[in-house]
Amino acid sequence: MLAYIARRLLATVPVMIMVAVVVFAMLRLTPGDPAAILAGDDATGAQLEQIRKSMGLDQPILTQFGVWMGQLARGDLGVSLLSGKPVLDLIGNRVGPTLALALATIVVTVIVAVPMGIVAARKRGKLLDRLVMTLSVFGFSVPTFVIGYLLIYLLALKLGWFPVQGYKPVAGGFWPFAHRLVLPTLALSGIYIALVARITRSSIIEVMGEDFIRTARAKGARERAILLRHALRNAAVPIVTIIGIGIASLITGVVVTESVFNLPGLGRLVVEAVLARDYPVIQGLILLFSFTYILINLVVDVLYTVFDPRIRY
Amino acid sequence: MKTKTYLPQAIRLLCGATLAASLLAAPAQAQTVTAVMQSGLRVMDPVLSTAFLTRDHGYMIYDTLLGVDANFKIQPQMASWQASDDGKTYTFTLRDGLKWHDGAPVKAEDCVASLQRWAQLDSTGQVLMPMVQHIKALDDKRFEVQLREPTTLLLEGLSKLSSRPAFMMPKRIAETPASTPIKEYIGSGPFKFVASEFKPGLKVVYEKNADYVPRAEPASWTAGGKVVNVERVEWVSMPDQMTALNALQNGEVDFIQQVPFDLLPIVQNRDDVKVQVLDKLGAWTYYRFNHLYPPFDNKLVRQAAMAAVGQEDVLKALVGNPEYYQTCAAVMGCGNPYGNTYGEEWVVPSNIEKARALLKEAKYDGTPVVILQPTDIAMLAAQPIVIGAALRKAGFKVDMKTMDWQTVVTQQGNQKPPAEGGWNIFSTYSILATSGDPFGNTTLASAGRKSWAGWPDVPEIEALRLKFARATDPAERKEITAQIQKLAIDEGVVAPLGQFRIPAAYSTKLSGVMESPVTVFWNIKKSAD
Amino acid sequence: MNIDPVRPALQAGDPAGMPMPAAQTLATQLGQALKSPPVLVASVIFSVVVLLSVLAPVLGTMDPIAIDPARRFAGVSAEHWLGTDAFGRDTYSRVLYGARVSLIVGLGAMLASVLLGLVIGVIAGYFRAADAIVMRVMDGIMAIPCILLAIALVSLTGGTLVTVLVAITVPEIPRVVRLVRGVILNVRSEPYVEAAVSLGSPLHRLLLRHMVPNTVAPLIVQGTFIFASAILTEATLSFLGAGLPTEIPSWGNMMADGRMYFQLKPGLVLYPGVVLALTLLSVNVLGDVLRDVLDPKMARR
Repeated sequence: MLAYIARRLLATVPVMIMVAVVVFAMLRLTPGDPAAILAGDDATGAQLEQIRKSMGLDQPILTQFGVWMGQLARGDLGVSLLSGKPVLDLIGNRVGPTLALALATIVVTVIVAVPMGIVAARKRGKLLDRLVMTLSVFGFSVPTFVIGYLLIYLLALKLGWFPVQGYKPVAGGFWPFAHRLVLPTLALSGIYIALVARITRSSIIEVMGEDFIRTARAKGARERAILLRHALRNAAVPIVTIIGIGIASLITGVVVTESVFNLPGLGRLVVEAVLARDYPVIQGLILLFSFTYILINLVVDVLYTVFDPRIRY
Repeated sequence: MKTKTYLPQAIRLLCGATLAASLLAAPAQAQTVTAVMQSGLRVMDPVLSTAFLTRDHGYMIYDTLLGVDANFKIQPQMASWQASDDGKTYTFTLRDGLKWHDGAPVKAEDCVASLQRWAQLDSTGQVLMPMVQHIKALDDKRFEVQLREPTTLLLEGLSKLSSRPAFMMPKRIAETPASTPIKEYIGSGPFKFVASEFKPGLKVVYEKNADYVPRAEPASWTAGGKVVNVERVEWVSMPDQMTALNALQNGEVDFIQQVPFDLLPIVQNRDDVKVQVLDKLGAWTYYRFNHLYPPFDNKLVRQAAMAAVGQEDVLKALVGNPEYYQTCAAVMGCGNPYGNTYGEEWVVPSNIEKARALLKEAKYDGTPVVILQPTDIAMLAAQPIVIGAALRKAGFKVDMKTMDWQTVVTQQGNQKPPAEGGWNIFSTYSILATSGDPFGNTTLASAGRKSWAGWPDVPEIEALRLKFARATDPAERKEITAQIQKLAIDEGVVAPLGQFRIPAAYSTKLSGVMESPVTVFWNIKKSAD
Repeated sequence: MNIDPVRPALQAGDPAGMPMPAAQTLATQLGQALKSPPVLVASVIFSVVVLLSVLAPVLGTMDPIAIDPARRFAGVSAEHWLGTDAFGRDTYSRVLYGARVSLIVGLGAMLASVLLGLVIGVIAGYFRAADAIVMRVMDGIMAIPCILLAIALVSLTGGTLVTVLVAITVPEIPRVVRLVRGVILNVRSEPYVEAAVSLGSPLHRLLLRHMVPNTVAPLIVQGTFIFASAILTEATLSFLGAGLPTEIPSWGNMMADGRMYFQLKPGLVLYPGVVLALTLLSVNVLGDVLRDVLDPKMARR
């Protein structure tokens, strides 16, 4: 197992390099000139040339790539083309809200969706099942920003239970921090609760039809124990897969939620940097994301072996 | 929290406790003004960049030698001036008490260096410099500008409101090459920049400059005394305009710089929010033709387009509420001293028959018109759509190219043919405070490929601009600008789409909010409530 | 012992078992399923939506991109059955034409990602050697945010249907691959598969008869999710300014455009939103039915 993990971690290096090359190429191919964005739209061609030079953008592409690679090897992600601040600082400033939102969403999703799916599976075909499933489908029938606006309108403006927007770091007190995270988490979890609930339900149903479950029942085990000890454990693999996939896709949802609720996180940073063609920031963020995804996938794969001893690498 | 609530008791208690706790923890709350500005601040060099927000940032921490008051009159700010009888020698004298934020006194040599950097980049400055024989510091407090010929451009340039005001910086910072953004943010303005709390794109924090000595006169636009009555100003950027308005209603922010017109009904009738147009001059929107390639290399085709597009349609789609817009054919702005409305009878309304006739006369052959359409800026989204629809009605073949605004900004500089990734039409807007004269108004430069995107080539306009620079008699200047207007419209140098004013909204806790073409935060008082 | 409950296991002692139910059983199954009220309702809704989108030119009352700034934000009227938007365009007609675009986006993304994901996933699951490389490549693709891809493509080629489809589909493929690979890995360790291999069964037989059918059920579930997610992602891209231009109305960009006026004119978001929700609801219910029917294990019940 350890050898496997080590092998996987080593394998991340070529992947990261591949991602770096692809992103770098994609950025340079995309029209958009950071110099023009810096100078405003009535700069002359000569001025832009000058600015590009000072940004190092007049060098041949391969040289620029080499420079960036060199920086990376030293652990330096470069500086933002627009504000001049180091990319690591920018990321560091904004990682908190995104992490908080992502973790809260994952926790809420698992706590709500898995029991929902189990209940639906147990009462399969009955009204409760239909109800639960229909409710969960609403989670991915409506875009996140619509859910967000509805929540703000009802719970923040009309009822006044929550602030409309904003983020306070944990350091400033746990309650203000949590209070402001409630609405964004609810808005974002909708879609994941829907998905995880469905997968849980279908997995449990599958497992409950298995022979070994029949055997366990015949042996006189209680339904509850069967459900929790046997069925859930075996249903875990696809559930964990979906959760892993969900985490990986969180970034898009996070972007919207951070915009609607004004959370100063990485999602917004990605959009702003992309729209402003702030290459070093975009590149740095992509590297960060890829590394995170790879780690998450590794964790999921390892979890497979925990739930299913037969899977071996 | 002022909204009507029917909170369960427990939650109300909890919220109340939290509110009390946060208030107690920060007793200076009442003296911080939280403002939502039009975008996030990232670019910090207001001489290098002409972005509006960067300019607003400039007015917070920097000061200018001269200012302009609400009557368009140039007034002393950091310095007063004396002109020689022949109008060729200007002596500027800095007033007392001017200090940089790091404590050092402001010296004439700082101003000279700042001026030189500014002039390299600014359109007015670039025309001015060849007319200048020398600029030199006479002593710590005085410097002299020797002109080769008399011109009003010197004072006008130094007092320019936008988009590139002549901000004064310490010599060492002003010596940064014009192509490199400055890295230190020290000025002599009424606010200081708090670098430790700056989050690019998210939050900028300014604190009152206790050492600033305001002038004695009352404040008026950028002239007069800049008295700061609050401890801190925080600019927060909110990507979602609806959220910003909700935050204002909830008391989470105090000031919104630009309220989308359609959302005004949400806040207009509240008695804790005031809606007010602070920039009474406003903005004008327009579109540019690509003069280099067909079909708009033909004057008649340009005129056909201008006839086809109706200003009322554009303004209705862009602004909606007639209280906030007016049609206007003057390139230099209705309401500005040199605004001249030649051409309004055919530029303003939509006249499809006339457009069709002109197209026929020009023998338009169906070359597609590529229109750049930005999707992510509210003030720019409507124009291309309305223009495209009008052109289609008139018989043009239209090809809309959607992209984000930054790409438009880059693309508009692309001099390649439209079929190879170039463009035929793009639209944008500027504020009238800068567009009032033939130099500040970059749309009027008509020196072909050397001018701004569109590259119109009308030598007569260039000659008239120079004549304007040399003319000092107001009547003569009016005559010159009238001729420029006629040429600009007939030649399709720029196609005006009308003017509008953008309202701001702020909490009634704020008082003394200045009406001025640029957003300023001096004079504002906030009541502790 | 079956440990991957997402896919059905064949009973031990049934090595040559047929993974696909006989055609007759299939029809009967479908027939039975349709009798239940929720499924009936879902089928009706979905058929209606598809019909509306196909008949849009006939049923629409006005040109969906014709602007009329003088009549923006008009309310419901005889002329504009659902009112107008910020440009004075007719909302009702835009909802109809938007149905076409949204359905194409959903279906296109679903089919493309499922097919491509299936092929790649089978390769990764079956061939050990390819597994490592393919999965790492997939990891890399997942790392590129959809938004970056979308903006890059949109600025390179302008916002077109194909561009947005590609931008939405590419990030979905790795997830399908992961799912398929997971299934294949499980099936591969089944005794009957090992038996088949040792019996010298040809590769294509193994894949087509034993492995691929087991992916059908989870793929359907994932597919319906991708359908929904694609349409929602298109709305998000429009929200961020990198989606379809307004000249190509879709439910997604109608909602994104209308969101600013939500507190004043909620209809702009709700009309397309409700239709969208109903469509996705019915797709999901139908997907469930299809899965239940196609699942051989269920069939044997």
